[in-house]
Amino acid sequence: MKSKTQAKPRLAVFKFASCDGCQLSLLDAEDELLALAGAVEIAYFPEASSRMLKGPYDIGLVEGSITTHHDAERIQQVRRQCRVLVTIGACATAGGIQALRNWQDVGEMARVVYATPSYLSTVKLSTPIAEHVPVDFELRGCPINKAQLLELLCALLAGRKPSIPTHSVCMECKRRGTVCVMVARGLPCLGPATQAGCGALCPAYARGCYGCFGPMETPNTASLSERYRSLGRASPDIVRAFRGFNAWAWQFRQASEEAEHP
Amino acid sequence: MSARRTIKVDTMARVEGEGAFQVRFAGKRVSQVRLKIFEPPRFFEAFLRGRDFEEVPDIVARICGICPIAYQMSAVHALEQILAVQIDPAVRELRRLIYCGEWIESHALHVYLLHAPDFLGYPDGLAMARDHAEEVQKGLELKKIGNQLVALLGGREIHPISVCVGGFYRVPSRAELEPMLEPLRRARQLAIDTVEWVSTFRAPFFEQDYEFVALAHPHEYPFNEGRLVSNRGLDIAVGDYEQHFVEQQVAHSTALHSRLRARGSYLVGPLARYNLNFDRLPRSVQELARAHRLEPPIRNPFLSIAVRALELVFACEEALRIVERYHPPAQPRVQAKPRAGVGHGCSEAPRGSLYHRYEIDDAGLIVSARIVPPTSQNQKRIEEDLRELAEMLVDESAEELTLRCEQAIRNYDPCISCSTHFLKVTVERT
Repeated sequence: MKSKTQAKPRLAVFKFASCDGCQLSLLDAEDELLALAGAVEIAYFPEASSRMLKGPYDIGLVEGSITTHHDAERIQQVRRQCRVLVTIGACATAGGIQALRNWQDVGEMARVVYATPSYLSTVKLSTPIAEHVPVDFELRGCPINKAQLLELLCALLAGRKPSIPTHSVCMECKRRGTVCVMVARGLPCLGPATQAGCGALCPAYARGCYGCFGPMETPNTASLSERYRSLGRASPDIVRAFRGFNAWAWQFRQASEEAEHP
Repeated sequence: MSARRTIKVDTMARVEGEGAFQVRFAGKRVSQVRLKIFEPPRFFEAFLRGRDFEEVPDIVARICGICPIAYQMSAVHALEQILAVQIDPAVRELRRLIYCGEWIESHALHVYLLHAPDFLGYPDGLAMARDHAEEVQKGLELKKIGNQLVALLGGREIHPISVCVGGFYRVPSRAELEPMLEPLRRARQLAIDTVEWVSTFRAPFFEQDYEFVALAHPHEYPFNEGRLVSNRGLDIAVGDYEQHFVEQQVAHSTALHSRLRARGSYLVGPLARYNLNFDRLPRSVQELARAHRLEPPIRNPFLSIAVRALELVFACEEALRIVERYHPPAQPRVQAKPRAGVGHGCSEAPRGSLYHRYEIDDAGLIVSARIVPPTSQNQKRIEEDLRELAEMLVDESAEELTLRCEQAIRNYDPCISCSTHFLKVTVERT
């Protein structure tokens, strides 16, 4: 991607409700960070720099979900300033773990944590960025995979399509040579319904996948729920399984609600 | 200069999360200081209710992308207390080891990319790299080795997946850990170089009378175990935390302010740990500290960068010690059977003591959770530092004053994402 002036493309990083882990992935690219800083102008990245340049920006990376009225307005401004807007991580892409509020009474939740909830400005739902503005690409994961982030940035800079697989974690297990934990050990595993990207970490560490990368492109959640039942899991267990870091992604949301109200 | 003025910064840079500050002057006196935290609240304590105890380490990791291990550690210790789980001594060592990895990556990030630019006059670590390429390269290398250690034990650097109640889902073999020896020896040298480098930085003379609070263990520099102690006589079991500390909500912050019931503000983090536990550091680290005239007590928060560097050396030494003596546990984890009860856990996150309390029911579901992150404990003390510093520097230009105030906040390596359940700077002269 070249701006009209042929200057270096301008990169901006914005944060909404999140843990900072996904933008940290950029600083965790220790071997590539200085090269990246050479290839783009890091124009706005408050976590890393006091120099905050005004837009417009060529690439905007957005971390975090929308949970306040103020942020719902701010994302509109951010969109207007960015030629390409990419969401990074489960919060920005699916509402994040804080979307668990979407099934609860947020007023009551505020009272659990805060003595004077009236000081807070918060809305009922935690929602992904795409529910508010058009998004050009969504990078999955809780956290994102930094190799995928670098691939995405390289693709944007080269003006090509990023190579980010949308198949399931199962494929990554097979490639890695990990024996299926669900078949061989009877462990519940969200892998069949979850998008690849982590490298099938959990099964390699002798536990079932818990869905960090959200739903794969065509998940059969009904079949997976049945499998959970045959492994002795009851409805509340299935609800909790789908209601994790990507709970508000529609396929997982539907699966958890079906388990809750069969 | 007019008698009334305000200095403010609306978006604090080089801190984790969203905050601001405001210092308001009436003449030469500071009339109000506000460390504002507008990070949107995420209500972790509320949505943990009803979750299975085994899910807790995965969920609380998401409070902070920079120190997920700290959250996992405080949580598993609290839950193991309820479930009367005795962990294998080798698992205990592995938990210290993964914590070493987190201290290394977090401290290296803060020292090199977030804090050093303040001392050398750059907006960020990357701009600093143009003139100090060798140092920034060393910092990134050190950070990377810390991350490698976390990823080796935990599966990945951010939100690791192997920590669980009772131990780990999977533990490494000796053969898997041994390749870390060489990088860790390299890291130890890089950390020693860091101490030498930051010792050349100029710190303003700003000694404060702090109450330092940290875990203390009879034989070890603290990570996961010990009593909570202070330099003013506090000496309590972790389970008695709530009798001595109280959290208050203030209108200008989504992070609760913590204070000691008896005495008010206090400081947690590297300065507190170091001043209270210096004699439990390896002799080599003590000697290095003396060689750089960094003997405790250190009461100048602008020297925290040097103390973080010393803790980097410690973390590398400790990691080397553990890897050299490692024998895998017989079982990676002890299976825990649910039973009702209340448990407390406290561990030393890179930024300071992190307290958790959980109540679970017979089925192992969370009934209530309470999490007190280091930055909310430090908030009140940060505001007091800002007040003192602003009055000391009242005759400086607004620009200089703002820069120094920001630097003073970064002395604490505040993690705002964490503390919300948590930062924005304004200096106002009226």
